[in-house]
Amino acid sequence: MELLNLAGIAGVYTLMLVILIAAVAMVTLRSLFHSALALAAVLIGIAGIYLTLQADFLAMIQILIYVGAVMTLIIFAVMLTEHLSHQTVRQNNRQSPLAIAGICAFLFCLTGVIVRTPWPLQPQNQTATITAMELGKAFMGQYVFAFELISVFLIAALIGAIVIARKDK
Amino acid sequence: MMIPLEHYLIFAATLFAIGIYGALIRRNIIGILISIELMLNAVNVNLVAFSRSTSLAPETGQVFAIFVIAVAAASVAVGLAIVIALYRVRKSVYTEDIHLLKW
Repeated sequence: MELLNLAGIAGVYTLMLVILIAAVAMVTLRSLFHSALALAAVLIGIAGIYLTLQADFLAMIQILIYVGAVMTLIIFAVMLTEHLSHQTVRQNNRQSPLAIAGICAFLFCLTGVIVRTPWPLQPQNQTATITAMELGKAFMGQYVFAFELISVFLIAALIGAIVIARKDK
Repeated sequence: MMIPLEHYLIFAATLFAIGIYGALIRRNIIGILISIELMLNAVNVNLVAFSRSTSLAPETGQVFAIFVIAVAAASVAVGLAIVIALYRVRKSVYTEDIHLLKW
């Protein structure tokens, strides 16, 4: 049992490492299509991270919405504009060294803050599995106004997207 | 199986930093949008990790994460629609060619 536990922890860290490698590949790969595929790998890996955090419903939503819908949209957009990203066209601007320096400083500060902050841990939450039913009760109870607002927002955004992308007559 | 909260937070911070890097250095607008999706996902990991460890009602973080996913889906739909419209008008998807609102 102890060995199984240890293997599970090693698996989670391996998953995190794989996600980070895929994310680095995503921002550095030249071809935007390969970059989109690396994003799909990152999103599936994050669904796995949700599973380790006992958020089963969220993992399913992640696969459905991101890997199913958002990735399809992105790959469509990449293909529609593909002939622009020819091998000779530079894909990055010239700010890369400056960006790396700034981001390393940012990450250093953030890690220091994360390690030093005394988080008020609630041990009873650690084993609680949130089912879809509890999420639904939260949506229909405490967060009902935000829930209705986000549905109106989604409709507005989708109609707006169609109006913007449609051909003018 | 217990992973400390700090490790999830550091993982999400690194993912967020990689997303910022991609958004800063890409010339292609679609590349920038992809990087923004990565940043939103890093924030979601943070929300879920916090809701499991420190929140009083353990479902709060997941509710927020679902809201973030909905807003991300809307943003990518509108963003890609703008990219397609710009491509039709300007025949370009590179940031320095699109300076209509810049002076």
